[in-house]
Order: sequence, then C-alpha cells, then structure tokens
Amino acid sequence: MRILKLIIKNSLRHKTRTILTILGISIAVFAFGLLRTVVTAWNAGVEASAANRLITRQAVSFIFPLPLAYRDQILNIPGVEDVTYANWFQGVYIDKTQFFARLAVDAETIFEVYPEFLISNEEYQTFLKERNSCIIGEEIAKQYNLKIGDLMTIEGDIYPGDWQFVVRGIYKPRDKTTDATQMLFHWDYLNERMKEIGSGRINEVGWYVVKISDPDKSASISEQIDALFQNSRAETKTESERAFQQGFVAASSAILTSINVISFVIIGIIMLVLGNTMIMSARERTREYAVFKTIGFSAKHMVGLILGESLFISAIGAGLGLFLSFPIVEGVSQAIPKGMFPVFELEPITLIFAVSSAILIGVAASVFPIMKALRTSIVDGLRFIG
Amino acid sequence: MKIPLKYTIKNFTSRKLTTFITIFGVALVVFVFTAVLMMAYGIQKTLKATGQPDNVIVTRKAANGEISSLVDGETQDIIRTLPHIAVDNNGKQIISKEPVVIINLEKLSSGVSNVTVRGVSDVVLELRPQVKIIEGQMFNFGLRELIVGSGVTGRFKGAAIGDEVKFAGDSWKIVGIFDSDGSGFDSEMWGDSQALLNAFNRGSTISSMTLKLDDVANFGDFKKQFEFDRRLQQFEPKIEQQYFEEQSEFMAAFIRIIGLVITVIFSVGAMIGAAITMYAAVANRTVEIGTLRALGFTGWSVRFVFLIESLVIAISGGLIGIFLASFLQFFNISTLNFQSFSELAFSFSLSPWIIFLSLAFAIGMGIIGGYAPARRAAKLNIVDALRSV
Repeated sequence: MRILKLIIKNSLRHKTRTILTILGISIAVFAFGLLRTVVTAWNAGVEASAANRLITRQAVSFIFPLPLAYRDQILNIPGVEDVTYANWFQGVYIDKTQFFARLAVDAETIFEVYPEFLISNEEYQTFLKERNSCIIGEEIAKQYNLKIGDLMTIEGDIYPGDWQFVVRGIYKPRDKTTDATQMLFHWDYLNERMKEIGSGRINEVGWYVVKISDPDKSASISEQIDALFQNSRAETKTESERAFQQGFVAASSAILTSINVISFVIIGIIMLVLGNTMIMSARERTREYAVFKTIGFSAKHMVGLILGESLFISAIGAGLGLFLSFPIVEGVSQAIPKGMFPVFELEPITLIFAVSSAILIGVAASVFPIMKALRTSIVDGLRFIG
Repeated sequence: MKIPLKYTIKNFTSRKLTTFITIFGVALVVFVFTAVLMMAYGIQKTLKATGQPDNVIVTRKAANGEISSLVDGETQDIIRTLPHIAVDNNGKQIISKEPVVIINLEKLSSGVSNVTVRGVSDVVLELRPQVKIIEGQMFNFGLRELIVGSGVTGRFKGAAIGDEVKFAGDSWKIVGIFDSDGSGFDSEMWGDSQALLNAFNRGSTISSMTLKLDDVANFGDFKKQFEFDRRLQQFEPKIEQQYFEEQSEFMAAFIRIIGLVITVIFSVGAMIGAAITMYAAVANRTVEIGTLRALGFTGWSVRFVFLIESLVIAISGGLIGIFLASFLQFFNISTLNFQSFSELAFSFSLSPWIIFLSLAFAIGMGIIGGYAPARRAAKLNIVDALRSV
C-alpha cells in the first residue's frame, strides 16, 4: 500500500503534466471509439443479415430488373418458404440530400420475410387496403415528424412523375441492428402507374428476397435458383443476404481500410504521449531511484513503482475517454443523415478494445524507463544532475 | 534585447529523445491531415477534369446521377432543335446520346464492384478531345465491342484487350484501351450507344445527352431557350465540367468531414504532447532562465525563446508529415462513388494550397501547445529560479 501512496504522490508532483497526459490519453481513447463506431456502422447491414434469407438479383448488376414471372418458379424450389420482392424507387423527397431507402415492395409478403420489422396488425390492415399508402420506419417518422395520415410527396427520378403516399403505418425495429429508416409502399401501385402511362417497364422487379427453411442449404438453393434462369435474357445471381451486404461494404474498402489504419495510428499516438511522459518523469527521478535502491528497495519495487504510475495515469485517461465517448458518438449520430448509417452506436466490444489498448500501452510505455532505472548503478544514479 | 538563436538550437541537442518523440507526434498528425485533404482533392480533381467547359450535359432534374436519369426520344428531338449547338466538318451536330448503366466486374484485389458502361455516339471523340485511344483501336459502331478506360483495365479481371464481357445475354469484346488524362472517364467502359440501347431493350431512352456549344459564351442564351420550352421542364442543362464536379461533392465532403474530425481530435493530442515537452523543458532549465533574467533579458525575451522552440518542433514535424504524405501521390486508389454508384479511380493529389494549410495547421499547433509553458517560463520569479535545484 505504501507503493500506491508513492505512486499517487508522484503523479501529483507535476499536476499540469499528469493532467495533460491523462487528457491526451482520453482524447485518443474516444477518438478510437468514434472511428471504430464508423467502421461498425458501415458493416451494420452485414450484421443485420438473417441467415435464412437469400437475395436474388440480376446477374449483370443491381440496376437491371428481373421479370415478375420468376417469383413462382423460385417459390417452387424445395426448401424455399416464401419469396418477396422490392424495387428501388428512391426519387427526391424534400431535396436531393434526404437519403433513406424508398422501396416499392410486395405488401402481402414483405413482413413475413422481414419479421424484424414490427408493425401492428391494425396499421398493416389499413396499409393493405389503401393503394397509395406507405409504411415508414420509426427513425424516419422521428426525423421528419411524420404521423399516421401524413402525406409524403416524392418526385420520381427512376420512375418519373409526381408521387404521393399516405403514411398508414410506422414499423419498429426488433433488434438493435435492424434498419428503421426505410419507406415501403405497394409495388402494385407502382406497376399500375407504369401501365397507365404506357411505359414498357411493367411487371419488373428490382430484386427478390427468398426465405429458406434451412440456413445450411443456402449455398445449394442459391445455385438452384440461378440454374433456373441461366442463359435467359435476365440471368440471376443469388447469394446469402450476408454476402450481398458484404459486397456493398467491400466496394468502399479503400475508405474503410484507411479508417482502420488511422485507428491504429491513434493507438500509436497514445503510446507516444504516455511514453514521453514516463521517460521524462523517470529521468527526473534518477537520483531518487538510486536513493531507493540504496535504502534497500529491490528491483521488484522499482518495477512496481514505475509501472504503477504508468498504469495509474493510463487507467484514469482511459476511464475519462470512455466517459466522453458516449456523448460524442451520440452527437455525431445526430449530425449525419439517418439513412446513411441506420445503426450508429458504440458497441461494447469497441469500448473493451479501447480500454485494453490504453492499459496495454500503460505497460509498454513504462518498459524503457524501467529498464533504465534497473540498469543504472546506484553510484551513477546518485551523481546524476539532469 | 533578444536572446540569440544559437541558444535555441543548442537546446535541441540536449534532450534528443523526448524532442524527437514530440516532433514525430506532430508529424503523424500533419500526415493524416494532409493525406485527408489530398484524398478529397484527388477525387474532386479527377471528376472536375472529366468535363469540358464548352460541353453541355442534359439530365433529368430529379436525378442524383446519370444512373437514375431518363431522357426519352421525344425530349432528345426537342433538344436537338435548340440553338448554339456546334457542328462538325460534315455539318452534323456534335451530340452524344448516352445510356449509362452499371455492370458488376470482379476486382483483381478481391470482391466485386460496379463499373460504369456508357453508350456513346460516333462524334464522341470530337466532343471529348481529352480522350485518346492508347492501345488497340476504337470500337466499331454497330458491333458489340467496347473500349475500356485505363483505370478499369488495371483493376478488374477480364478487362484487357481481347477479353469478353458478358451482359444483356451477349458477349462484348474489348478492342481498345483509352485514357482521358486522369478524369472520371478512366473508370468507365464505352460502347456504341445504339447497340447498348438495343441490348438492354431500352428503346430510345438514354440517361444523358451531351452536346458541344459553338461558343462557351452562348451557354447563357442556350439555357434561357432551354428553360423557356415547357416540354423540357423536367430536365436541366449544365456545363459538363460543373456537372461532374457536383458529382464529386458528396464523396469529397464526406471524406473531408470524417478527416477533419479525426485530425482536429488528433491535433489536440499532438498539442498536448508538445505542451508536455515544453513544460518539461521549462522545468529543467529553471536555473538557466533565472540566470538569463538576472542578466537583464526581459520576460518577453524568455517567452519568445520558448515559443520559438515550440514552433521549431511544430514546423519540423509539419515538414516531415507533409514530406511523407507527398509519397501518397504514387498511390492510385479506387472506391465506390456513392453518388454515381460506381467505381471511381483517383489518386492522392497535392496542391500548394494543401501544403500551405498543413503548415499553418502545424504552426497553429506549435503556438497553442507552446503558449502556456512559455508564459510560465516568463513569469518565473528570478530569485526562486536561481535557487532551484
């Protein structure tokens, strides 16, 4: 216990320096937390994937449509429980910067295949009956202050024209990873409008979502689906929802890699700041350590002293950094548009990683001063002026 | 009276390790700061170079990018009757009708990404003089042939001359590689507009229409005539250069914001590091400072000395950081451009303005980090200072 007292007193000797070091470490800890949260948020779609869902899209690329007729053929494959479909509608809502998913979906089956979108039966029934109604996610309702009965006006781009939808339901996310920022309306409504204006783009589906009964069969069922439509005008590519989402993440891999690299640079900076302090404080106390050794403190005690001080500072810094992480992540999440990163929050694993790094560095930063203190002979130490 | 510079320089050699660590910390922060600015600038430069100042591109107003823009045959015919469209030697209007789609190709590194395929009309090389065929030959109009940009050929599988790309139920042969002087077109594949429209069953509906103005000065009038026609209400004309610059805005802003948040946070860390080092310097030289003051040097001179030392650390770190960042220019990276939803190849670009900003940033860190310690040094009581051990 005497050592602990010594440690605390030593740290308080240069209050300014200790406080600055603690601040430096805390900043690095919450910066690390923020960056990793960005990376995690990017991967959120992957995490939200269900093992029993497959995505079937046009083989050439996502932007080409598939015929509606494919649905029944897919449904006939053994192991397939249900099939729903969606078209990417997007359009402009309010202005071009309001980004969130706006999709035309098969009203009958969408909530069967996506059970994590929780909707009350009452709202769902109203939605079913009204052709131009829509259901929006909780986060969108919050951000744009929309209630049941409100009108959403969208100017179409891919599907040109002025479109109006009535909000008839607000879905809640079942899990923490569920995307609560989508706007869903009737695919039938879209199709009818296309027929009315005499467009050639009728009975077209953007992609199919296939619910299977056994996740282990996902690879074989994917192959079976693609085999059905091989050599046709619209060949398909079917993959698990997880692989599909990962494809999107991989496309931005350059940016993500940079962010990851920077996260580790931050750890390096913590090491520098703390190491710097420890080296300076150890140098100042060369004579003291020599005195300790003369009195009879063993190497064990020296190590404990220096290591203890380093850990003490890094632990407080880490704690402070942790404390600051929460409001900062919350602040950033408010600042970015909801549709970009539907799930943006601190994961426990990030916190654990940040704190353990800080503590590991506390140990690493003290290695050099400890070695110096142990190696310096008592006589040289007593002679040291600085 | 000013304390001579020699004093400052000598001090650096006395505490080498801690000084070096601090300089390195500053260098790291400046490196990240510069790299982020270089990345954002690289994207902007690439996309800005994509457009010519005397070309006009017409797209649908509501569309965020060419991918979601639809221009039907009727509208195209109306636009062709507008004034100020340049003609070539044969009297033909220089207009390119372009359907733009995205296909998936496998990356050489790993994974799959989106590549833009653009259908172009036969006057395209006159429309875009910056585009040169560097290998192979131009594709034959009417056939299923493609030329690929230099940014695609090095990055994706099956994108070399002689390879065949399968889409729309047919195989398209790559017959040439083109280079567009570091612009966004380097990340695209081009083919005959009509052949692509047929293959994708799009009738005559294209994504965008690009035309050359007979004179840049006539754009104002062109735009007025355009907006005057009620049938063209849902579309808008933009100078090509401006259009593509706007396409880069989102990405550039995104990178800059993340980058600046990171660097501001880092810089606080670096300033703290600098402050710690300077405080230690002051603490160690208390006797010296007392002596200097006793000799008659004013508090301001002392403060000045420590600020200079702090600045030298900061500037050294800054220069090292910028120097290291400049090597990034040798790297080409590509990423998904959210706005166009396809892969964009670009490189880190350094500009004098970026160098200036980074240096200013480093100097700012030096001044802020060194201010408080310098002040403490200046305010030391002379007698106590002389007495301290």
